Amino acid sequence: MNSRWPYYAPLIILGVLVSYFAASLGQNPAEVKSVLINKTVPEFVLPPIEGNFNGFSSSDLKGDIVLVNIFGSWCFACRIEHPFLMQLKETNTIPIYGIDWREPDRTAGPKWLKKYGNPYTRIGDDPKSLGAIAFGVTGAPETFIIDKNGIIRFKHIGPITKKNWDKTFKPILEELEKK
Amino acid sequence: MKAYFVIIGILLFPLTALAVDPGEILKDSKLEKRARAISKGLRCVVCQNQSIDDSDAQLARDLRILVRNRILVGDSDTAVLDYVVSRYGDFVLLKPPVKGVTLVLWFGPVLITLAGLIGLILFYRRQKIRLNNLIQLNNKGQKN
Repeated sequence: MNSRWPYYAPLIILGVLVSYFAASLGQNPAEVKSVLINKTVPEFVLPPIEGNFNGFSSSDLKGDIVLVNIFGSWCFACRIEHPFLMQLKETNTIPIYGIDWREPDRTAGPKWLKKYGNPYTRIGDDPKSLGAIAFGVTGAPETFIIDKNGIIRFKHIGPITKKNWDKTFKPILEELEKK
Repeated sequence: MKAYFVIIGILLFPLTALAVDPGEILKDSKLEKRARAISKGLRCVVCQNQSIDDSDAQLARDLRILVRNRILVGDSDTAVLDYVVSRYGDFVLLKPPVKGVTLVLWFGPVLITLAGLIGLILFYRRQKIRLNNLIQLNNKGQKN
């Protein structure tokens, strides 16, 4: 055996580390993988937003495959995704449950929904981040796919677009539909 | 002159800027102390390199309040941490726990140092053997 190999070991290790770090550069540090995937939704109870009769709590998430969407009238990216959510509602694709997160005041959320339309089956008012923390949310918008048994199957960070809907949401939903 | 002393005095005793709102602080100072200790170990998931105790982010504030509420309903320190970790993952702990996937993180540096030391020892040993061989060869040569 070549007895000089220990001299090259540091170089080889450096090479491995550099390629690992270089590959990690493209990742977004804000996208931390959720530990809640394949777990039951943690319990939460949220009151209705002003003008609504029903709130939204974890016990509502059984029996149907649904989306849970965290939004807020202050959130610019939510405004961008909103027309697509309306489209999902109009085509009866899937029920969407909303968590209206940290509104500056109680009228801001309802006003926003009145102006742009309400795609949600149920909405919970979440001024103290109780719902957001239950879902391990770090920002808005975030969207979760919940299966018929109330188990979280997928988490999407950022606005839903037609493109990522077709690419990621659709296949997962079709798979869940089969079960 | 008076103003000068006042300014010096203020600079000498800077008030540490607290992220914690006075309104958040628990009345029971023992419980508050526990809440502060727990908050210092929890990462603000918005700013990522600050603890929720240091962060002004709203989500950090809501998490601080949640920690205090859990303590108030009688949760132990580990129960509070588990509550947050079960939703945000180990990532939310500023000090990663020692377990299977973090072994390399915790013990890697020690292992690398050990490997280096062993390498050094082997290197000098071999040099010594080589040197001895050379001396022996040399002696043999002189005898002939």
